[in-house]
Amino acid sequence: MANFDQELDASGLNCPLPILRAKKAITSLSAGQVLRIVATDPGSVKDFEAFCKQTGNELLESGEEGGKFVFLIKKS
Amino acid sequence: MADQKKLAIIATKGTLDWAYPPFILASTAAALGYDVEIFFTFYGLQCLRKKLKLQVTSLGNPGMPMPMPMPVLLQALPGMQAMMTTMMKAKMKSKGVASVEELRELCQEAEVRFIACQMTVDLFDFNPNDFIDGIEFGGAAMFFEFAGEADITLYI
Repeated sequence: MANFDQELDASGLNCPLPILRAKKAITSLSAGQVLRIVATDPGSVKDFEAFCKQTGNELLESGEEGGKFVFLIKKS
Repeated sequence: MADQKKLAIIATKGTLDWAYPPFILASTAAALGYDVEIFFTFYGLQCLRKKLKLQVTSLGNPGMPMPMPMPVLLQALPGMQAMMTTMMKAKMKSKGVASVEELRELCQEAEVRFIACQMTVDLFDFNPNDFIDGIEFGGAAMFFEFAGEADITLYI
């Protein structure tokens, strides 16, 4: 598993909360640091793709682990 | 930022269900880096109350999913609206959907600008003290000052 600097558990949260919480968490990181997000909202897969595309942060990984969606985002 | 995108929203509805789209879109756009302004007019002003009294009704709304089929006249009985509101809130909570209050707070934290339509505040005799802090009051011209520069404008 890839390294990360901070983890955000967005399990059980629905749109748009995973994105809003992630945005907050990323704000507290320094450039180059990585945030790991765990979510259960199936819509979050496309949403985090779109979020990264629009904010310029890098989506390092997007996958499933034990029935949950896991994302690694590197702050630009 | 000169290249910052802008989103302008007009929020006109004062029901629990219709309070969501303006706050969801505004908070998300703000998270994506947009500069966002919401202009609350007519019944949309209900969304700015400190103590929200938003309710939901199936009356005149055949698209609302009901736990059981119910004749329209029965839906109009006293107490039904309060019951539907309670059920809707419970359902939203169980599905991890944020409350309107929570989304509104997230918008304010993200510096989304809230503007209350002065004309409708006067028309409905709203007390400005009943509204949350940090809002501005203005008219149509003030809306266009922002919307004229906006990349997206939504009427909800």
